[in-house]
Amino acid sequence: MSLPDDYLTYPLRAYGMDQDRYPWRPVTARPPISWPGGQPLAVMIVVPIEHHTLEPSGKPFKPPGAMQTPYPDLRHYTTRDYGNRVGVFRILKALTAAGLRATFPVNADQLDRLRPLIDAILADGHEIAAYGLAADKIHWSGLEPGVEATWIAEVRRRFDAVGLTPRAWLSPARQQSFATLDLIAQQGFDICLDWEIDEVPIALRTDHGPLTALPLSNELDDRSLLIDRRQTEDEWADQILAAARYLSTGADRFGGRMLGFTLTPYVAGQPFRIAALRRMLAGLGALDVWTATAGQIAEAS
Amino acid sequence: MVADPNLYDYWPYRDRPKIVWPGGKTLAFWVAPNIEYYEFDPPKNPSRSGWPKPAPDVVGYSQRDWGNRVGHWRLMELMDKYGVRGSISLSIGLIDHHPEIIEACVARNWEFFSHGIYNTRFSYGMSEAQERAVLEDCIATVQRATGQRIRGYLAPALTHTERTLDLIAEYDFWYSCDLFQDDQPQPVKTRTGKLMSMPYSLEVNDVITYGALSMTPQRYADVLKRHFDQLLEEGAESGTVMCIPLHAYLVSQPHRIAAFEEALAYITGHSEVWVTTAAEIAGYYRDHCWETTVTDVGRRGLATGGTGFAP
Repeated sequence: MSLPDDYLTYPLRAYGMDQDRYPWRPVTARPPISWPGGQPLAVMIVVPIEHHTLEPSGKPFKPPGAMQTPYPDLRHYTTRDYGNRVGVFRILKALTAAGLRATFPVNADQLDRLRPLIDAILADGHEIAAYGLAADKIHWSGLEPGVEATWIAEVRRRFDAVGLTPRAWLSPARQQSFATLDLIAQQGFDICLDWEIDEVPIALRTDHGPLTALPLSNELDDRSLLIDRRQTEDEWADQILAAARYLSTGADRFGGRMLGFTLTPYVAGQPFRIAALRRMLAGLGALDVWTATAGQIAEAS
Repeated sequence: MVADPNLYDYWPYRDRPKIVWPGGKTLAFWVAPNIEYYEFDPPKNPSRSGWPKPAPDVVGYSQRDWGNRVGHWRLMELMDKYGVRGSISLSIGLIDHHPEIIEACVARNWEFFSHGIYNTRFSYGMSEAQERAVLEDCIATVQRATGQRIRGYLAPALTHTERTLDLIAEYDFWYSCDLFQDDQPQPVKTRTGKLMSMPYSLEVNDVITYGALSMTPQRYADVLKRHFDQLLEEGAESGTVMCIPLHAYLVSQPHRIAAFEEALAYITGHSEVWVTTAAEIAGYYRDHCWETTVTDVGRRGLATGGTGFAP
């Protein structure tokens, strides 16, 4: 018993990346960028608006936040729904109090159901992004041919139908197929929040023109730190502030950089976490940083 | 099977009509001691076994018995000290096993609501007739033992069928603790009756904080105080509800009870708090807030019609 001979052949073993979406470039070769106001750091706050169906397909896996107990799992359905009804309004209030603008990716299938929330997000001056068709519609390479293109076209159609033209795209569960970038670019999205390649925006090649990847921190993901790793809200807030302070120094060597992090409504919007959230947002406001939306940052880079 | 249970309409937290609790209070506070009985050797439910480990789960079973023999009594005295009447999430079977506990709660004028017969008998797979038999048993057994007509329901081990909420509404229950979508009550869309969702909590429930999240006692007290502070602040805009669901086998442990007392003293030390029971909140809400909520949801164009699991 052995593996086939070609298992030990390495056709892409060469300088640079093993894919052609973007070239290899170490931080030492990065040309410095400048943000419009001259701040050393751009901060992108991302508030994902997701709806977790009572009957997840589980294909190819259940997205974070999906139902866990046998049907009907009203426990997890309603605890997630709490975020879109209550928690997100606490986050909106805290953002306004701190004078900060954020980016809100929305599952396209929630645009009608959550219309009052969409209106509130827009009225408060934030940016809407696309977050796939539904939390449970995960993009991956095992989809039947044509399915993914249909989903993404449907996302664009649904946003069009409510008069919204988002530029930025976040994939459900941040999962992609090999074709996702081409398909979202084809539908007019020119910003993607799935890739976290660098600490600056990075241009990605697609079959339908270039697209900007804005790094969103996986290691600072609130659901991951507060739920999965059971850290306290103060520990979470302190890590975001530590990252922002660290990246605010060294602009003379590295140029302007960016930091993206998530505020998940059913997680960060819990009553007992709001004091820490406010403290963190106020701390960001006290630093010399430019807090901006995905569109603003992409425009400036 | 449905993707959205349609049990309530979407209702954004911003700009809601103002709720003022009795006496001008801004936060309605209730404590829900879960007084449960877990069977030593429960029958199998095809969807879930009674215990995570093979029965008998000696450690799990005996810790819960410690809660009934020792923990509840400790918690009752602590709640007496701060003038808090409990709203008991009761495994109805416990009335037969441990009547002394029931008598002690009745003597304190505490409220009882149903948490099923045993916390090791799940709703999954029940026929309508079986669910009705359970509900009728719960109502009659508590009535006989205490004279109280139960008005609230928390499904045993949080297990449901699609018809559970319609059935409890039909049996004239006033509130369900199984819906966690809000910090204010809201009408539930049932075929008949007048049922509301009562804010209970998983976030500050000791099973989650001590069990699932492994918090230290001091951390739990801190979470309770922070949770309270935020809901009290928002209650000035429109009255909020804070519930602390408890399990004596966890919270009354000798290394934890002092931390809980610290939080309870803090909360009850605020004059804006209505220290009450779930049935009293539900009664007030039915009479003073129900119609206002329905009107507001309608005015905003958010009433989608239909009833739970029947869009």
